[in-house]
Amino acid sequence: MIRLDEVTVRVATPGGDLVLLHPTTLSLTEQRVALIGSNGSGKSTLARLLNGLVEPSDGRVTVNDLDTTRDGAAVRRQVGFVFTDPGAQLVMPTCLEDIALSLRRSIKDKKERLAKAREILAEFDLADKADTSVHALSGGQKQLLALAGVLSTNPAILVADEPTTLLDLRNTRVIADRLFALSQQLILVTHDLDLALRCDRALVIDEARVAFDGAPADAVAFYRQQVTR
Amino acid sequence: MSQFLVGNYRPGTTLLHRIPAGPKLGLLALFSLATVLVPGMWPALGFLAAAIGLAAWVRMPLRSTVRALRPLLLVIVLATAFQVWQRGWPTAIHVVAGLLAVVIAALVFTASTSIDSMLDAITRGLGPFRRIGVNPERVALAFSLMIRAIPGVLEIAHETRAAAKARGLERNPRALLTPMVIRTVAHAYETGAALQARGIAD
Repeated sequence: MIRLDEVTVRVATPGGDLVLLHPTTLSLTEQRVALIGSNGSGKSTLARLLNGLVEPSDGRVTVNDLDTTRDGAAVRRQVGFVFTDPGAQLVMPTCLEDIALSLRRSIKDKKERLAKAREILAEFDLADKADTSVHALSGGQKQLLALAGVLSTNPAILVADEPTTLLDLRNTRVIADRLFALSQQLILVTHDLDLALRCDRALVIDEARVAFDGAPADAVAFYRQQVTR
Repeated sequence: MSQFLVGNYRPGTTLLHRIPAGPKLGLLALFSLATVLVPGMWPALGFLAAAIGLAAWVRMPLRSTVRALRPLLLVIVLATAFQVWQRGWPTAIHVVAGLLAVVIAALVFTASTSIDSMLDAITRGLGPFRRIGVNPERVALAFSLMIRAIPGVLEIAHETRAAAKARGLERNPRALLTPMVIRTVAHAYETGAALQARGIAD
């Protein structure tokens, strides 16, 4: 279970402290939780708190009783993270090697590791791209590969920060179908309100605060009203 | 050259593909030393012919190999002119043929060795240094990231130049350098965050 207790995030700027998240207390237990809101509202800050990429200035974030500040490495083994731009996430030259990199910690034997990496690529319909440069993939394929790389470590929770923002309609559907078929808990940051509606709970983030927390249909209605006000 | 270094590993079954990365790197070092230590124009041409033969053996495509060597052209012209002026044609041919042979042999190494194999070799090679606090996995990761960063930075440079050109600022160094530096640092930050998120940097 993910818990935030009185969590605040601040950064120092020449003009004084800038608050990225005002004191927030939350428990996220639902299978699929959407975070929606305007650009710069604090959605990504909240998402990045969940696997320790951002540490709270005050308060405490725990994932299955592990503190993200104190037990960062252990938390990241439980919480996978998919970024908006897969380009930053793919760090090896070829698809096979990138998946193999994720498996290095769990599978020491090289042959076994490469065989498992091929198996994972096949699961994601990328079997024929094993030896292809990651630069040569389409946007949708890159995001699929990034997702495959993260899921290959078997995280208990997946946080996806606007994973479909850079994709066309067809690829958005492919990625969304993958995400919603997962057995893992999914925390989805998105501007796609159709995706938010498919979740079990939705939070609207506005000006670094949780402005609404409830059923997705109500949250989307609240958000629509808010942006047209 | 960077595209070749990182993106042109060509899977294959030749003996060169099958030699583990560590011994292969040792052979490359010996080959490089030989091109410097064995004197004379004809041995240098022999080394160059051998390197070209190896490139053909691992089926390196001619066009991308030539493209990879193009940045070396200026160095070759300058080195040739300098050596001809100082020591004459035979020495100039020795130096330039040797240089080309080493670069082509290095390309053969990258074309026949996957990054995963290189990581294994580095991790194994640095194993004994664990006792003095070296983390071989981390060094191997830094190595692969360095190689991976080259095309990324070149891509940023290309995009920045195109953006400056679109605004009619292609001759303005500030319009080229400032966004390039900022975007390169941002890219490094994002890559770091992504590695951390994947638990690879822990």
